[in-house]
Amino acid sequence: MILVVLISVLFLGGVLAWLSEGFDAKFPRVIALAAVVIDLLIMLSLLAVPESAESAWIVSLNAQWMPNFGISFHLAADGLSILLLLLTGFLGVIAIGSAWNEITERVGFFYFSLLWTLAGVVGVFTALDLFLFFFFWEVMLIPMYFIIAVWGHENKNYAAMKFFIFTQVTGMLMLVSILLLAYFHYVQFGWFSFDYLDLLKVNMSSRIEMWVMLGFFIAFTTKLPSFPFHSWLPDAHSQAPTAGSVILAGVLLKTGAYGLIRFAIPLFPNASMQFAPIAMTLAVISILYCAKVAFAQTDIKRLIAYTSVSHMGFVLLGIYAWNAQALQGAVMTMLAHGLSAAALFMLAGGLQHRIHTRNMQDMGGFWAKVPRMAFVALFFSIASLGMPGLGNFVGEFLALLGAFKANITLTVLAAFGLIFASVYSLWVIQKVFHGEYKNTDFDDAQLSDLSRREMFYFAAMMLGLIWMGMYPQSFLDLSEATLSNLLSVTQGVVSSVVQQ
Amino acid sequence: MIMTLDDLNPLMPLLIVTATAIIAMLMIGIRRSYLLTGAIAITGLLIAAIVAATMMSYTNQQLTPLLIIDQYSLFFTLLICAAAMFIAILSFPYFFNLDDHKEEYYLLLVVATIGAIVMVSSNHFVSALLGLETLSMSLYGMVAYPLHSKNAAKYPLEAAVKYLVLSGVASAFIVFGMALVYAQTGSLSFSSLLDVSGSANGLSDSYSIIALLLITAGMAFKLSLAPFHLWTPDVYEGSPLPATGYLATIGKAAMFVLMLRFIITSEALSFPSIVMVFSLLAAASILAGNLLALSQDNLKRILAYSSIAHMGYLLLAVIASYSTEGSISIEAVTFYLLAYVIMSLGAFAVASVISSSEKEFDAVSDYRGLFWRNPWLAASFMTMLLSLAGIPLTIGFIGKFYLFLAGVEAGLWVLLAVLVIGSGIGLYYYLRIVYQMLMPEDKSLQYRIAGIESLSSYGVIAVLVFLLLLLGIYPAPVMSIVASVSAYL
Repeated sequence: MILVVLISVLFLGGVLAWLSEGFDAKFPRVIALAAVVIDLLIMLSLLAVPESAESAWIVSLNAQWMPNFGISFHLAADGLSILLLLLTGFLGVIAIGSAWNEITERVGFFYFSLLWTLAGVVGVFTALDLFLFFFFWEVMLIPMYFIIAVWGHENKNYAAMKFFIFTQVTGMLMLVSILLLAYFHYVQFGWFSFDYLDLLKVNMSSRIEMWVMLGFFIAFTTKLPSFPFHSWLPDAHSQAPTAGSVILAGVLLKTGAYGLIRFAIPLFPNASMQFAPIAMTLAVISILYCAKVAFAQTDIKRLIAYTSVSHMGFVLLGIYAWNAQALQGAVMTMLAHGLSAAALFMLAGGLQHRIHTRNMQDMGGFWAKVPRMAFVALFFSIASLGMPGLGNFVGEFLALLGAFKANITLTVLAAFGLIFASVYSLWVIQKVFHGEYKNTDFDDAQLSDLSRREMFYFAAMMLGLIWMGMYPQSFLDLSEATLSNLLSVTQGVVSSVVQQ
Repeated sequence: MIMTLDDLNPLMPLLIVTATAIIAMLMIGIRRSYLLTGAIAITGLLIAAIVAATMMSYTNQQLTPLLIIDQYSLFFTLLICAAAMFIAILSFPYFFNLDDHKEEYYLLLVVATIGAIVMVSSNHFVSALLGLETLSMSLYGMVAYPLHSKNAAKYPLEAAVKYLVLSGVASAFIVFGMALVYAQTGSLSFSSLLDVSGSANGLSDSYSIIALLLITAGMAFKLSLAPFHLWTPDVYEGSPLPATGYLATIGKAAMFVLMLRFIITSEALSFPSIVMVFSLLAAASILAGNLLALSQDNLKRILAYSSIAHMGYLLLAVIASYSTEGSISIEAVTFYLLAYVIMSLGAFAVASVISSSEKEFDAVSDYRGLFWRNPWLAASFMTMLLSLAGIPLTIGFIGKFYLFLAGVEAGLWVLLAVLVIGSGIGLYYYLRIVYQMLMPEDKSLQYRIAGIESLSSYGVIAVLVFLLLLLGIYPAPVMSIVASVSAYL
């Protein structure tokens, strides 16, 4: 029941926020913040639920929805879901904070869209019925489209459309795969079911399994995104308003990784293990190629977007290595990247809000003018390049360590990504904050340092990253039960493939 | 066979609609009143819809060789009467200021509905043709209705003549096909062509195939399946909006049900070449409809092309019906037709509520900023468009879900791939309209100031949006109804 509350608070909060605009333009943001904070508190309360011995699911709910097709309203959360829910709630608060003063037009509708996106994401992280999962998968799309299309920058129509079409078309491939899976369940057991736990039992011939798996894989790697389906991301990010980028980079991308871990591999263990070398190769290409492309960008938001793709490559690598360490690394990278990328996008958005450009060639020597901002930027750049002691390092290190067991060549290649990451991260700092003070086209007074409210958000994210880096065990413990469960599902298959 | 009055009971809905037409006609003779004629038509259609709904659970009867009244036909009778009633309500403000006699429009609308009801209840060539022609004849009138008006918004004459000529040719194809089938089977009622083509008195297989091809071509024309779709955008654009809505929803749905009944009874899909032709028609319609809609700037033309694509989607489920056991693909067709009627009707309703017979707002750019000017209307329109695009929370998604399920069961991989590609392309032009509505508003646009007469039109839109969301979120009850009526086919 608590999961339904979690989702409906966001849905209702969104509607309320929209309606309240009629009374006062300040109401929507307050209502939105309240809704997300309530959600965050509920999520935290889930941590206190004692673990039961027999199942990894901490809370679950199962009700009939469309009984003709065996579709049920099945929500459940385990350690992995809760970690990602917490990330969603936390970044939800941050996103509302970053929009607080930046969004001045159509305020009510903005917070409506934001909360509905979050509701969709919460649904994705908790749905255990594949139909329901797909439903939420699409629900988070439309409000995100609105966020980019209404409050975006100069090329918003193109970016929003591209985002929508990429994710929707690949989503339809996943729908076909889901239906195939349900159909094979029907053939084997005589009744339709879309329930994850039922579908895990379906057996397929290996050729069919590969095709069905590909439907899922393409949908998830488009969202992740990974080469070659990544091209929507730089456009969406550079055009989206700051809060949109925060949600997109921090949370939406993680739904793809979550889908791979929860659905794509456990449902199709044979095909996934056969496919793993290809997936890992794609991951390495993402890491290296997008790092290289990032270095060539002059638009600061596009640059960060490409680095996101590069970092998500480590997640993909870790997932397809499919062992305990690599998976832990992937989950850790998801969390740490959620914070660091969100922070970097907020900084870029903050800069754009102040000086109305994202072009790094118009920037330089800002350190003296905005020391606090420069410090924060340096911190998060260093975090994202993988400095030991911060969350990203733990994640990427574990992912590489685990991947090393699975495929040495690819892991060695992927490790070069860390070097590239240092190059582009420090290059941004040098371009924007060092050197001679450059002022091409803006009023000096506009370039103000971070306000106290902004500092508050950044400090929260810094603390999060330091915590992850210094004491990762608290996060690893939470996801451990889930991951070992998933690993045991596929155990027999992995050993047989290795023996071959 | 001696017919008693009791035998006419199953015909109740049809009789009520016919009576409505007669009463409306007499009423116009006594006193010309736009409001009164409209009210008679709307009430009659409403009563017919209610009667059809109450009869649904127990009626199942072949009434003379011509008509079959079973749950399936009653389900669509209900849908057609309800849709016709909605269109009648929407027509009222649209023609309110027409500088010509307005009353006969309702007469045409009701007569067209009689034709549609006959079509969905017929399993005989004669009644099929009668219903089809009754519907088409009335539609020519509806399309051309503002002809004598000095300031008609569009080109009703061009549209009507185009429709008349091409539709006549299509009917001729169908009639010729029917004659060939008759030569084969010796019967005008729908019956299996498989049994006769091998046997001694029947002619050869290729004879049946030619007959089926002729009928298919004619029906494909009426359904505007590519490559028989060329008339559609022009007729849609030239007709007054409510008539376009009628043509696009009831016209298509009734024709589709008729075709479905014919194909299933005649077992047309057991001829591999016919399956091939249908597959090509489906693929061509999906691709042509979606691709051609991309470059359109007129809402009616976009909806015309999108209806071509939707008919292609539906055809996929029809093709699936042959290779799947059970009735899932028939359910898919039935549910998707229901969804299609609701969502297209909704889209036309929004367009007609801001238009009138003198000025139609049907350019995509006319909707610029509608979301900020009239958020409820624009939000309704968005739900309709997103539903047409098949996005969850709406009935369009459940419909797509059914189609995909039918396709997966039958293993129609190529067509499924075409469906995915087509839907992907479709997103672009639906979102283009959505994006226009989200743009900052254009103050120079003056929509028709909605008077008191439009209130009921807003009510229609509200009902349609409600149905669309309800069936998108909790479709289980309607799914069971669809499953039980589909078993009758």
